[in-house]
Amino acid sequence: MSTLRSRLPAVTGHRLFWPLVVLVLLIAANTVYRPSFLSVELKNGHLYGSLVDILRLSAPLILVALGMSLVIATGGIDLSVGSVVAVSGAVACLYISKQPDQNSLGGVVTALALAFGVALLLGVWNGTLVAVIGIQPIIATLILMVAGRGLAQLVTQGQIITVNSDPYRTIGVGHLVGLPFAIIVALAVTLLVAVLTRRTALGMIIEAVGGNAEASRLAGVRARRITLLVYVVSAACAGIAGFMMTANVSSADGNAAGLWVELDAILAVVIGGTSLAGGRFYLGGTIVGALLIQTLTTSVYAMSIDPQTALLFKAVVVIVVCLIQAPAFRARLRRRAATPTPPTTPAEQQKEQVPA
Amino acid sequence: MTTTPLAARADRAWWRVPPRHVPVLATLALLLVMYGVGVSQYRAFSNVQVVFNIFIDNGFLLVVAVGMTFVILTGGIDLSVGSVVAMTAMVSASLLRSGLPPALVLLIALLIGPTLGFAMGCVIHFFDIQPFIVTLAGMFFARGMCTWISASSIPITDGFWTTMAQERIRIGESFVSISVLIAVAVVLLAAFVLAYTRLGRNVYAIGGNPQSALLMGLPVARTKIAVYTISGLCSAIGGIMLSFYTLSGAPLIAVGMELDVIAAVVIGGTLLTGGSGYVFGTVLGVLVLGVIQTLITFDGTLNSWWTKIVIGGLLFAFILLQRLVGIRKK
Repeated sequence: MSTLRSRLPAVTGHRLFWPLVVLVLLIAANTVYRPSFLSVELKNGHLYGSLVDILRLSAPLILVALGMSLVIATGGIDLSVGSVVAVSGAVACLYISKQPDQNSLGGVVTALALAFGVALLLGVWNGTLVAVIGIQPIIATLILMVAGRGLAQLVTQGQIITVNSDPYRTIGVGHLVGLPFAIIVALAVTLLVAVLTRRTALGMIIEAVGGNAEASRLAGVRARRITLLVYVVSAACAGIAGFMMTANVSSADGNAAGLWVELDAILAVVIGGTSLAGGRFYLGGTIVGALLIQTLTTSVYAMSIDPQTALLFKAVVVIVVCLIQAPAFRARLRRRAATPTPPTTPAEQQKEQVPA
Repeated sequence: MTTTPLAARADRAWWRVPPRHVPVLATLALLLVMYGVGVSQYRAFSNVQVVFNIFIDNGFLLVVAVGMTFVILTGGIDLSVGSVVAMTAMVSASLLRSGLPPALVLLIALLIGPTLGFAMGCVIHFFDIQPFIVTLAGMFFARGMCTWISASSIPITDGFWTTMAQERIRIGESFVSISVLIAVAVVLLAAFVLAYTRLGRNVYAIGGNPQSALLMGLPVARTKIAVYTISGLCSAIGGIMLSFYTLSGAPLIAVGMELDVIAAVVIGGTLLTGGSGYVFGTVLGVLVLGVIQTLITFDGTLNSWWTKIVIGGLLFAFILLQRLVGIRKK
């Protein structure tokens, strides 16, 4: 009993405890509603089922959220990812649609390289505004968020470009060794980022910049270069996500592609326990957050609730998760549990104790 | 920072403007240049009605932007405004359809926005969660409520609403709608509150440095919650004006409006870090957006996406300008 009591706070206090509980609850609710939800079957050597679908559809969000975690770790934010998704998808689809043979692998690879290059350029633009000119990240990326939508529509001339290319479709709906291709790409990028940040000093340096850019510069970290780098990585991730999203529907819509993805990505990062104040990031938490959001979206579709009404559920989940994670809220709860009349301490005091 | 325009003017030559006025004056100059270009290119542009139409078409945007100015001056942000505008329009349309008297509907519709704003302000202050996340949740909530009320648009046939929509107030040869008068009233009231009341001073003080404001004994909690409530109220008024304008409530109306509003406030010279900016600047910001749209409509060959690209370019130019002014001050 005593060991349980001493271990319980350690488990419930873990930053992934509550997101995982909500994720399990969502899956349980889905299973109650539709018992076949958990079944995964093998057809033609490919895995099929609701869970696999959730994994596949969450691949773009995982990618975008990965880049976003790094940006948020430096104390910034990248609002432009949705526009980068739209631009990269539009450029790739435009190039493929101009090809005489849309199924040629060479053409598709060139299109991907071209669009990826554009995404990198957009990342450099964001990074330059933030790191070199020194504009607040939220505003610097707001510029591209607004103008990028316009650029994407300019690329597509306001039309929806449809492509009929099998290699391109593979990115969105294809399979490799039984698993959806998209999730393999997402996994590979996740592993790459994880190895680069957690097996080298890069992750620590990024966190140092987020903790205090000036102090890290004085300690010999090239803070500007790191800041520039994270925005480029974020745009690169968004670019790949753009391929997946447009390949999923075999068309590019400058208006709708990647709409609200920046909000979902920020949510995923926050749910995963990364503070928007910067200085720390948790890739594992981000992935759980992205899966949680996609599961929520999919279950709302599965229960045939209006997709817009799904926003209501999202709002509730966001507020609940954020409140549970908020140190001020936890302290208040704890105090209420200890004494019947909670004394009101200014929130400022709590803030000092938390970032560790 | 703390020098009032008057004191600043005293120890400088009269032609030197204080740095904090530079962004607003730049916006004014830009507005005049754009208007001049319009007049020189298109003969019909010089018609006074064109100017009034900008006010008629952007009245609700203006009111919402005024509310946003309060929030941004404290260094916060309110992403929920677009959704609250839509929700207010939806609630009034559906309540009118169910046969409630217009006065009661107005009262209910005007209460929803401030209530949500008050709740968000409380969460932001007492639980110390970033405004970005809290108002994002508020945005999801309000947008979800819209579709929960009705998935399709609801027309408004109520007599009071149609009168408000169609009433024309003649000024010389031209006319304005009642919404324009409401917008002007809101702007004047907000400018007065910010410049001459204790609340306004507190808003600037908290935006300048929240820690100092707290140590000075200013009511940080009350002021922070108040600005989100004010923003909610402005969104509610904007929602009513939008329902006058469109005579319907549609669940997907005003999507992405928060971006236009933030852009207008920034172009108007308000610093996003808080502590510096004017309601007058916000009015100019909204007018700049309105003139861009009018120019693109007059041109006819440019597509709507150019609006976004131009707004993005302007945002860039103005933020760069703010940055330069900031560097020179140091």
